[in-house]
Order: sequence, then C-alpha cells, then structure tokens
Amino acid sequence: MSDAKTRPQARQAAPLRPMKEANLVRLFVLPTIILLIVMNIFPLIWSLFLSFSDYSARLPTEWGKNPLMVGGQNYKDILSDPDMWRRFITTAKYVVLSVGGEVILGFGFALLLQTKFKGRGLIQTLLVLPMTMSPVIVGLMWKLFMDPNWGMFNYLLGLGRIDWASDPSINLYSIVIVDIWMWTPFVMLLSLAGLSAVPKYLYEAAEVDRASWWFKFKSITFPMVWPLLLVAIIFRTMEAFKIFDLPMGITGRGAGAPPLLAYRIYNVGFLTWNTSMGSAMGYILLIMVIAITSIFIKYLNKAKQ
Amino acid sequence: MASIESRRGVGRIIAIVVLIAITVVYMIPLFYIINTAFRPWNVIKEYPPRLLYKPSIASFLRIFTSRTVYAPGTAPSAEQLAAMKWYERIIYEETNEAVVRTGDLPVRYLNSVIICVVSTALTVVLGTLAAYGFSRFKVKGKDDLLFFILSTRMLPPVVVVIPIFLMFRFVRLTDTHLGLVLLYTAFNVSFAVWVLKGFIDEIPTEYEEAAMVDGYTRFQVFRKIVLPQATTGIAATAVFCFIFAWNEYAFAFLLSRKVAQTVPAWLPYQMGVLGYDWGAAAAGTFLFLLPAMIFTIILRKHLVRGISFGAIRK
Repeated sequence: MSDAKTRPQARQAAPLRPMKEANLVRLFVLPTIILLIVMNIFPLIWSLFLSFSDYSARLPTEWGKNPLMVGGQNYKDILSDPDMWRRFITTAKYVVLSVGGEVILGFGFALLLQTKFKGRGLIQTLLVLPMTMSPVIVGLMWKLFMDPNWGMFNYLLGLGRIDWASDPSINLYSIVIVDIWMWTPFVMLLSLAGLSAVPKYLYEAAEVDRASWWFKFKSITFPMVWPLLLVAIIFRTMEAFKIFDLPMGITGRGAGAPPLLAYRIYNVGFLTWNTSMGSAMGYILLIMVIAITSIFIKYLNKAKQ
Repeated sequence: MASIESRRGVGRIIAIVVLIAITVVYMIPLFYIINTAFRPWNVIKEYPPRLLYKPSIASFLRIFTSRTVYAPGTAPSAEQLAAMKWYERIIYEETNEAVVRTGDLPVRYLNSVIICVVSTALTVVLGTLAAYGFSRFKVKGKDDLLFFILSTRMLPPVVVVIPIFLMFRFVRLTDTHLGLVLLYTAFNVSFAVWVLKGFIDEIPTEYEEAAMVDGYTRFQVFRKIVLPQATTGIAATAVFCFIFAWNEYAFAFLLSRKVAQTVPAWLPYQMGVLGYDWGAAAAGTFLFLLPAMIFTIILRKHLVRGISFGAIRK
C-alpha cells in the first residue's frame, strides 16, 4: 500500500536529471561573485563615471547639471595641483621610510629568532601581537604613549617635551615609527617562513667548505628568503600607499596633520563634498595600487612553487 | 673544535638576550596602556609616570558610564552613600562624580560584536562554498576569477567608499548594522575564498569520489565529508575575518554615525569629549584591543598562512 503511494512520487522525481556539474558549480561560486560585483565592481564603475563629471553628493541630482560631464578635467586639475604633488611626495617618503624600516628590522628579528631556545614560541607570539590590532586604535594608543605631558615615550628616551603628534615638522616620523612598530612582525613572520624553507644540507655543505657567516648569508640565506621578503615589501608598500586609519589615530586629519594622499581624498569627498573630484583622486590612487598588486601576484605565484 | 663550540654558544646567548630585550621594548606601549588603564585618578597625570600603585578599576567604570560632578558643598549624605551601588561608590570616591546613565561605550562595543559576528558567519558560509567550488570543479577561467576575487581585496576603501555611500544613501543603509555587515562580508570574502581554498585543496578527494560512487550527491559530500575535515581551516579563517572586521575603520568612520557606530569609529573622537580623561581612554583602548590579542594568540599557528592569503602553508 505504502509502496504504491511513494512510487509515483519517485517516478516524478526521476526525470529530473542530476544537476550537471557546470550548473552545480554556479551554486557554490555565484553568491560570492554576485556580492563582489554589487559591493565592489558596481561602485568602481560608478566611481569611474563620477570621476569624469562634476558632481556633489550634497546637492540634488539633476542630470546635465549635477552630475555634469566634464571629461578629463578632474584628472587635469589634480595633476596640475601642487598640493597633490606635495602629497605624492610625502606619501612616497612615508612608504619608503616605514617599509624600509620594517624590512630591516623584520628580517633581523627573523634571523635572531632562528636560534632555538625555550621560550622562543612565547617571544614570537608576543612580537606578533601589534600586527592584528586595529590601526586607528594603535594610533590612539601611541598618541597617549607619546604625549608630551604625561606619556612615557619622551621620558624613556630621555628626551624633552617633544610633541610627536602635533608638531608638523616631525609628526610624519611619528607615524613612521608607529607603522614600523605595528608591521615589523609582518615582515618577520614572512621572513621566518622563508628561512624555515632553506634546506639544511646547503648550510652543511657550506660548513664543510668552512664558509664564513657572511658568505653563507649572502649566497644561501638571503637568496632563499628573497622571494618572500619581496612579497612582504610589495604587500606593505601597497598598504602604506593608501594609509589612512593609523595616522587618523595619531594626528587626525586637521591642519597640522602630515599631507598624506588619503586624507586629501576623504576631505575632498566628505568634507567639501566635491564627490567627483574625490572619485578621480581615488582612481589615481587605485591605478598606483593596481600597478603594485600585479607585481605582487606575479611574485606570489613564483613564491608558491 | 672546542673554541668553535664555545663561540657558537656565546653567539647563541647574545641572540637570546637581544631577542628578550627587543621583546621587552616592543611590549612597552602595550604595557603603558594597561598600566594607565588601571591607575587611580590621583596618579594618572603624574610625570614621570610611576610604575607601582594600588590598581583601580575606576577608569573602566568611567568609560562605561556618563557622569556629572557633584557641585562643591553638595556631597551625598550618609544615607545616599550607603545606598550607592559598588561602582557608584568607586567613582564617587575617585573623581567626586555621580553616575547619570550608561555611557556610550557599551552600545558601540555591542555594535562591533554584532556586526563582526554576523558578517564573519556570512563570510565563512559564502567563502567555504566558493572555495569548495574552485577547489573541486572545473571552472571556466578559474585563474582569472580567483585573481578578480583577490584584486577586490586590494581595492583602497577610499575608491569605493564614495559610490557605496551614495548607494547606501539611496537604499537607506547608511548607519545601519546591515549595511556594515554587507560591506565587511564583501571586504573579507575574497580573503576567505583564498585561504579556505588552500585548506580544502589539502583534503584528499578519494573519500568524496568513493561517496559519490555510493550515491551521495555533491551537497551531501560537501556537508558530510568535506566540512568535517575542513573545520580547522574554517575556524582559523573565521577568526581572521572577525579580526579584520573588528579592526576596520575607514568604512565605519564614513558610513556610521550613531546607530551602528563601531568602537574604532567612535573611540578616537572621545579624547576631546572625555576631557583628556586618560584613564578612560586607556581603558577603552585596552578593552577594544583585548579580543584581537586573545584571538591572535589562539591563531598563532595559522598566522603566516593568513597573512599570505593561503600562499604559504606550514
């Protein structure tokens, strides 16, 4: 009896062929792709459109007036604006100083950490802590730490009451110091991964030849770690170029803040509400980041082998 | 031979000493914040800062509450004092203030927790599905798609935030939890796909094939065979996504004002409001950094994998 009841249903289900793999894979992959298109690609296209127009998000939208298509005028204005060039240079300086410091210190720490001893794991864990903290809150923390009146920074270094956060002649370097503190562990971790992949027999062979420490470093250690170090450099460079949150915690974006690129974009986009100009500036930043990213991917693939 | 050995021994000891010194120096800013957070009111602004004092939790109570100062000559009576709750008494004794209401921190903290937990859950679901798809199926243009997914992660927030702001304003998602959840999910899903694909690639396919021969469907295979083996990877990815969302600032700062405001978007602007109440600022900072620190310690074995987007597997 029950057989008779279930059978027709089973027969109905039978013609439904098992989904083809090609259709099935869409169910797995499509939700992610759709989300990324809606939240990233669509805004990106919109932003590109805006960057060729004159538009303010604060005024009512009126086609032909707001937005008004102006072609490449925004880009022309940006590239002929001395303040933007000053910001390019300041940002580049910031990138070179902080990434340089991180690479030297991070690689150095990693070399030291190759020593095997009890408590090595603990030290590595402690050193890594800054890396996963919120940059803006790390900035805030250092602002307190570096305060000329009550902070400990000047006191520990035996310096006078230097105002690290507000003095416009030095606050770029304060941000560099904090960036180095925060991201040296990142370079250290990648370097350690590289160091641990160096085959032992290379060192043993060098030992037999009585090679000097420097020779081993120059011809074995460094070339083996270099691909990963490069990944770290490219990654940090990319992040440092668009830096916004860390300096916001230390200096804010007021008059005395260092002239970084991202500040200007946010100020133009959300304080003076020149939405289209902000979009164009964002695009210039994006083009620079894309250039760096493509190198990153290329070497990431190489490092993977 | 012996001299080489002892030379190496000396080098080793120097390396260890230097490492310990570096670690101590590295921890000073963190130590300073914790130290400041527990300082009682009367020694907060001492310079040079003293190291030893009787710790007080009043700073934490202050960041959790809104208060008014007792006007001179209007100290609470003995009965009022006796009726005070324990935290009210601590605050009164330290700063001569009366608690008016709960402060703004608890709401912001709760916002952060809700937004991060929901978006992490969503990210991991989407990411696991996509990672499995990319790992096990032949997808047309797989490498290009994966590159596309990774590249969205590299987008500077500043480039997309303007149109997202317009979009959110249009669909009324500005300053809502849902808005930030969607944003953080989109922000993290690329990371999740890459890292999870690495984990799923490591799971041998033999069991799945055998199960499919036995009549399991793809979804059953995914649910009953792949998911249990991928738990570690999924958990590690989830913790990473949580940390990223927890720390996010640029979007939260521009797209939330009050209702859905998270801690990073709020805390830096309290410096003025708190009237440079250093204890409270330090307490808030410490409370906010604590979860990330704990999670990092839990994650330490997977950190390299995470920061390299799954490229380096140890």
